[in-house]
Amino acid sequence: MEQSFNLGWIDYTIILVYFVFVIGIGWALKRYMKSATAFLEAGRSLPAWVTGLAFISANLGALEVIGMAASGAKYGMMTIHFYLIGAIPGMVFLGLFMMPFYYGSKARSVPEYLKLRFDEKTRAFNAFAFAIMTVLASGISMYALALLAQVLLPFDFTVTIIGINITEFDFYLIFAALIVLIYTYLGGLTSAIYNEVLQFFLIVIGFLPLVFLALKHVGGWEGMKANLDVGMLHSWQNTGSSDANPMGVEWFGVVAGLGFVLAFGYWCTNFLVVQRAMAAGSMTAARKTPMIGAIPKMFIPFIVVIPGMIAIALLNDPSIDFTLPVKGDSFDYDKVIPTLLATHFPTGVLGLGVTALLASFMSGMAGNVSAFNTVWTYDIYQSYLVPDKSDNHYLRVGRLTTVFGVIVSILAAYVAKSFNNVMDFLQLIFAFINAPLFATFLLGMFTRRTTGHGAFYGLIAGTIAAAIHHGLTAPAGLHSQIKGGWLGTNVHHYHSEMAQNFWTAIYAFAACFVVTVLISLLTRKLKTNEQLKGLVYSLTPRLVDKEMVWYKRPATLAILVSIMAIAFTILFW
Amino acid sequence: MGIDIRFPIGLMFTILGLLLTLFGLFSSSNSELYKISYDININLWTGIFSLVFGLLMLVFALKGKKKIVLEEKEV
Repeated sequence: MEQSFNLGWIDYTIILVYFVFVIGIGWALKRYMKSATAFLEAGRSLPAWVTGLAFISANLGALEVIGMAASGAKYGMMTIHFYLIGAIPGMVFLGLFMMPFYYGSKARSVPEYLKLRFDEKTRAFNAFAFAIMTVLASGISMYALALLAQVLLPFDFTVTIIGINITEFDFYLIFAALIVLIYTYLGGLTSAIYNEVLQFFLIVIGFLPLVFLALKHVGGWEGMKANLDVGMLHSWQNTGSSDANPMGVEWFGVVAGLGFVLAFGYWCTNFLVVQRAMAAGSMTAARKTPMIGAIPKMFIPFIVVIPGMIAIALLNDPSIDFTLPVKGDSFDYDKVIPTLLATHFPTGVLGLGVTALLASFMSGMAGNVSAFNTVWTYDIYQSYLVPDKSDNHYLRVGRLTTVFGVIVSILAAYVAKSFNNVMDFLQLIFAFINAPLFATFLLGMFTRRTTGHGAFYGLIAGTIAAAIHHGLTAPAGLHSQIKGGWLGTNVHHYHSEMAQNFWTAIYAFAACFVVTVLISLLTRKLKTNEQLKGLVYSLTPRLVDKEMVWYKRPATLAILVSIMAIAFTILFW
Repeated sequence: MGIDIRFPIGLMFTILGLLLTLFGLFSSSNSELYKISYDININLWTGIFSLVFGLLMLVFALKGKKKIVLEEKEV
């Protein structure tokens, strides 16, 4: 059963107000976009709270909101591992130890840092992989938005323009892409960041009433607990062995796979998020960015994971008439949020909830498009295609890249629509490429002996290790070879896809680490210590925070964030 | 850069807050509408919340602007 929304004039007015502001922000920023730095790096001038909220918001796209609610419904409280151990430590590490090199080195992007620290081929590998991955992610976001809008909004039409049939699905897709295009084209990275901040508040204010009403429906926190399996209520308690908990992983897989490799890899090396911190106005602001983001990040599970758990509790309570749409032989967990919205919100706040969802889809796209812009313009166009032009030239190219990025995203969205498997396959390849990346950064930033050859072949080795591990193992309930086991023999069976992913990451990291070290020892160090200054820990002058008041220092913030994360961990043990 | 983001955020949530508060007030006698939200006038409450948040943001933005103007005068 699909629930479609009953939207009234007030709901459409709210959506319209949002669109006016989104475009308005882009328009207001237009006259400040006078250089490539302003357009592609936000002029490195934003306050820490803005970049901090954008930092978590760029990741809080709708796929994340919907996916985390689905995960909450499937795995319960264990989903908060993605926050407390999967994000917070990585964010603190980035702020304390890595930001000084990213921000201080004057690199304009993560791939550019790789070029300064290692060599051209390592940068090229990372830049191309990242560029393709971002347009793909933005395309998938568009596709998901159009699909959801098609199901939820009450319109249904087909118009024929010059022989092409345009349905409401195409209309939503093109419309959303157009809005994103306009505001990113006008205001560049600043516009994308400002809209991410706007989206953050929209999600909080739009979803808090939903959590409140749904909790009331199920009989409060106690009512929710009473209607859930005890395994759904704990994050660590049942991780002694992989068959004792709904996620099918043991504590080591969570700590090493998710907490160490995947989380640090994502939060510390993914340019989509790191770019937000690099847009900050000062070194201190850049270092504080991920840690300021970490504080609201810890509360996000309350508005995305808890609704998923409430939905299951509502299903389990025999006295409550509530159901989720069915897909195949199980519930369609991706519909948790839309279903809760449709069954709890009257017209009015419903418009606000829909706007929050729309906003998170669109800023998910804009975030990817703005990161793509920078990497394409600086790391591909300026480096390999047309170097040594005026700043004005690269500003124009940055603008045009926005158009190009959005068009490619639209194409990717249609590829996703027609070949679901191709998309899954590509995402898998990128997972393989990303998994070992953190080993490269760790070795590169903290040892001066790591060489360019070491880094490059280490990355290749890590990617191959990930692919082989994935090919030799299978998760429970294997349906297609995209989920694993494509090498024919299955050496090991995991209890879940999640467990398989965590272990793929562990093997990729280990392989990259070992190969990077070995090749570095066998090859000559080509960069002098002078060249590595500002890029490697031991060759960079320590930052002195002493003249700052103690409570304004990044380290103080790091301690505060850690204490909060530990408190939450104990609370939901 | 350029504009203080607190202005547009404040303005938008003030407008949305006003819309929802007014809609909540005018629809408060419509018990059919609020059956879905367990007889809570969720529009009114969300509206007030959003309005307060929006106004707070505007106050901060205005304060911030004053500060910048003062600093410029000193130079």
